[in-house]
Amino acid sequence: MRVLEQLNQSLHAVMAERSDVLFIGEDVLDPYGGAFKVSKGLSTAFPDQVITTPISEASIVGLGTGLALQGYRPVVEIMFGDFITLIADQLVNQAAKMTWMYNRDLAVPIVVRTPMGGRRGYGPTHSQTLEKHFLGVPGLTVLAASQALDAGALLRIAIEEIDTPVLFVENKLLYARQAIEPGELDMRKSDAQVPTLTIGGGRPDFSIITYGDNLSLVLEAVAYLHEEEELNGEILMVHQVSPIDFEPLRVSVMTTRRVVVVEEGIEAHGWGAEVIAGLSDISLEAPPERVGARSLPIPAARGLEEQVLPQKQDVIDAVIRTVDRYHV
Amino acid sequence: MPVATENLSQILYRDMLLIRRTEEKILELFSAGKVGGTTHTCIGQEANAVALVGQLDRQRDFVVSNHRCHGHYLAYGGPLDGLLGEILGTANGVCGGRGGSQHIKYDRFQSNGVLGGGIPIACGMAMGEKLKGGDGITVVSIGDGALGEGTLYESLNMAALWDLPILFLVENNRYAQSTPLHLGVAGSIVDRARPFGIRADEIDTTDVEELLVWSSRAIEAVRLERKPHWAVMHTYRFSAHSKGDDTRDEDEVRAYQEKDPLRIQSARLNAEQLDEAEAWVRDVLGRALAACDAAGEAMKL
Repeated sequence: MRVLEQLNQSLHAVMAERSDVLFIGEDVLDPYGGAFKVSKGLSTAFPDQVITTPISEASIVGLGTGLALQGYRPVVEIMFGDFITLIADQLVNQAAKMTWMYNRDLAVPIVVRTPMGGRRGYGPTHSQTLEKHFLGVPGLTVLAASQALDAGALLRIAIEEIDTPVLFVENKLLYARQAIEPGELDMRKSDAQVPTLTIGGGRPDFSIITYGDNLSLVLEAVAYLHEEEELNGEILMVHQVSPIDFEPLRVSVMTTRRVVVVEEGIEAHGWGAEVIAGLSDISLEAPPERVGARSLPIPAARGLEEQVLPQKQDVIDAVIRTVDRYHV
Repeated sequence: MPVATENLSQILYRDMLLIRRTEEKILELFSAGKVGGTTHTCIGQEANAVALVGQLDRQRDFVVSNHRCHGHYLAYGGPLDGLLGEILGTANGVCGGRGGSQHIKYDRFQSNGVLGGGIPIACGMAMGEKLKGGDGITVVSIGDGALGEGTLYESLNMAALWDLPILFLVENNRYAQSTPLHLGVAGSIVDRARPFGIRADEIDTTDVEELLVWSSRAIEAVRLERKPHWAVMHTYRFSAHSKGDDTRDEDEVRAYQEKDPLRIQSARLNAEQLDEAEAWVRDVLGRALAACDAAGEAMKL
């Protein structure tokens, strides 16, 4: 099953079970069914639970927050992740603060879903990975779907189990990817509510920490390093991007003592820096490496976009740097 | 307790006086260095809060207020010691001292210091009430300053599209911080809602009894018709935007003080009733401050 179907079917299931789950967004009605088709069929099956809205990103997130305060569990779709700059006040100054700032047992269970990422040639304002600007916001949980963990199940955790606002990131390329079947890879799941997956068997030589659709290029890089360099990689697939659960990351890095962090967002001031800071007390065999996008807007032309976004070769080179300078 | 024998005119006066004296006390505490940070008082605008918010039903109506929220909070029925404690940073603060003067939640009342941010949230609360089939209404209070915020117009659009039971209380106090109305607001304030198909009305008075009747109609319109309403009150604040930042012409401020809502209302009361109200407020305020003293500093995080 593709990740898109996992998300869509999960929404169908949860909305059938619970009338308090509302789906809110722009162009989400059938027959269109949303810009990326995540909402396909929802308005037909649950006409009273789907609200198509004007193009007012900030205000539909505010609307969702108000509904959450009224006991609903709204899922708000922001059509492109690039537009989350428009909802910053609503998430940072409003929804995320309420429970703590008002000092009361107040649930604000709003989920803001959004497709992020490039590699589709959409250019500077429809290709970015902007969740970094929302990391470390107290009261806001940032999740990212992947192929490795049932994306529909992850979305259900966000909708049903997390009582504070959630920014739920779906990399655009993920929609068309096949979900990885259990057993397809050697994987261990952490016990956390939002699990981190540790992927890879045998005695690992290095750890790669990443999230989202970076898994696809990381898997290719790890396969290459295994075949060509006889190096074993362990991949830490994070699904809760913020706040970070360091435990499974530390377990891996304390074994390998070589670490590369991969993200699609701009590397400078990025998530990878925070991950490395959280591991900095572990004595490593080599300086930690970061792989991310260059500090440029994302160009529209395919050949130019490739030069800005991280590629498989960047991951391979980063891993090699952690072993070459300081031998295994 | 004088309450049992009070008539409506007395009650309105006493409620406004409580807000006035409380905010004077708050400013005094700031001047004395007993409180840090900032605060925004509604001195001069008390009639608006008492006339409109004071009429709401606390069991079913919601209020989303702004940085200038003390009057709305007290008119809604929020506990006085909780407000003072919140500002003083004592353990009895209604939000434990975390929110402070601008960020308060009590029951169905909440405020936030970012202009415009609460308006779509109020729409969501109104939509929730509508979906549940309740008969509560949501009042979102803004000033002329928030007329510059985009979320307001997005929210007017949503409120009209979906027939939300929401009352936009617009208190035009003629200044956004230091900026006079004519430098910040183009066109008509009352007409802003009309192209959305939202019924709009305005009133230019500081007479709480006039405001009471006018507000009552606005509230009942939203409650019965389950549609948005844009209610503009032209008003004036006598105090600074926050503490010492007042650059307005003193003659202008004095001219508006002639229309002090307390002065207008006091003309309807006799000397004994006025004394009674002062005594009651003094007593309530004294007890609330004592409660703050007794509560001690806000809890350690």
